Amino acid sequence: MHEMSICESILGLLQEQAQAQNFSKVERICLEIGPLSGVEVEALKFGFDVVMRGTLAEGARLDIIEPEGTAWCMPCGQTVKIEQRFDACPECGSHQLQVTGGGELRVKELEVN
Amino acid sequence: MCTVCGCGEGEVRIHGGDHHHHDTGHGHDHHHEHGHSHHHHHDHGHGHGDGAQHYGEGPAGVSVPGMSQTRLIQLEQDILSKNNAYAAENRQLFAERGILALNLVSSPGSGKTTLLVKTIEMLAERFKPCVIEGDQQTSADADRIRATEAPAVQVNTGKGCHLDGHMVGHALEQLPLVDGGILFIENVGNLVCPAAFDLGEAHKVAILSVTEGEDKPLKYPDMFAASDLVLLNKTDLLPHLDFDMDVAIANARKVNPQVKVLRVSARSGEGMEAWCAWIEAARAMQLAGHPAGEAAQ
Repeated sequence: MHEMSICESILGLLQEQAQAQNFSKVERICLEIGPLSGVEVEALKFGFDVVMRGTLAEGARLDIIEPEGTAWCMPCGQTVKIEQRFDACPECGSHQLQVTGGGELRVKELEVN
Repeated sequence: MCTVCGCGEGEVRIHGGDHHHHDTGHGHDHHHEHGHSHHHHHDHGHGHGDGAQHYGEGPAGVSVPGMSQTRLIQLEQDILSKNNAYAAENRQLFAERGILALNLVSSPGSGKTTLLVKTIEMLAERFKPCVIEGDQQTSADADRIRATEAPAVQVNTGKGCHLDGHMVGHALEQLPLVDGGILFIENVGNLVCPAAFDLGEAHKVAILSVTEGEDKPLKYPDMFAASDLVLLNKTDLLPHLDFDMDVAIANARKVNPQVKVLRVSARSGEGMEAWCAWIEAARAMQLAGHPAGEAAQ
């Protein structure tokens, strides 16, 4: 949806951390992006290279962990896997689902120099 | 600038009345970090010209044979944490002053502004509503709101496709907020991006006009999942359309089982009483335990 501004947020976060933790070059960055976060991973990868050009993270390797989308199904009383917010429970077909995982949009770890 | 949807930095303008605020994207609580540690980075070469050998100068501060000094930092930080921090500041201000803030989201052309004008006319005497208008360009919407005599600030996001917590924080500085009042934030017409950006509001209200099709909640699930109330607007047009109200509501509930749905028409006035009653109830919740609420009783 707004992958470029997400990349700009990541860059801001890197610059802050560079000051706080005394590093000048980011070699690798690991993100965690859930299927329900609203972020398109391919668009993010494209935006990442463009936004990081000429910064401390130019050429950094981008690793993306994509956790599963999960939800709590009320009728079944158990956690089930979902891929979209409007998915029905794969067990009972109900839509009474409370999303419990898959909305992650986080910087997990950095490898820096 | 975003090639996907046009998001970008540095093109935001906030104007209320004759005041033009050119924002270049700095924080409104202005955290400037001073005191740079002068860190000299040497990749190789342990000699300093003084004949001594220095091994502890890399980022790790220690040298281990056979290992590079690349560090691993476990961050586990939310990418939107900066926006969330601004939103939290706004939310605290609303809590302290007993203000109900509603974030109105929809696609362009759903009738948000017309609905808002009618709503303000119905509520103005009791609640002194203020408005923040978000659009990419023009102050047309804020002008329409000001015609109702409600104070309004226009935020032009430039190439940006959504309001964020920081823009709203700045806009708040320009509004004559009343304790115990209501703030409407009319987001940029966009059913995608505004879903992810918390502004500090009590509720997101999604507006879906019946001319848009019943499948919109499934096409844009994030927005309907983030909203507490859906207004099905322009119901006066129903006789001319094949829009299936029940399917639209069922689709919204597939995405968000708890969501409440009201049918309204800003034009005919249908459902407007129910919508105003919902606002009053939400305001009562916001005011629970707040001095402005007790004074009003």
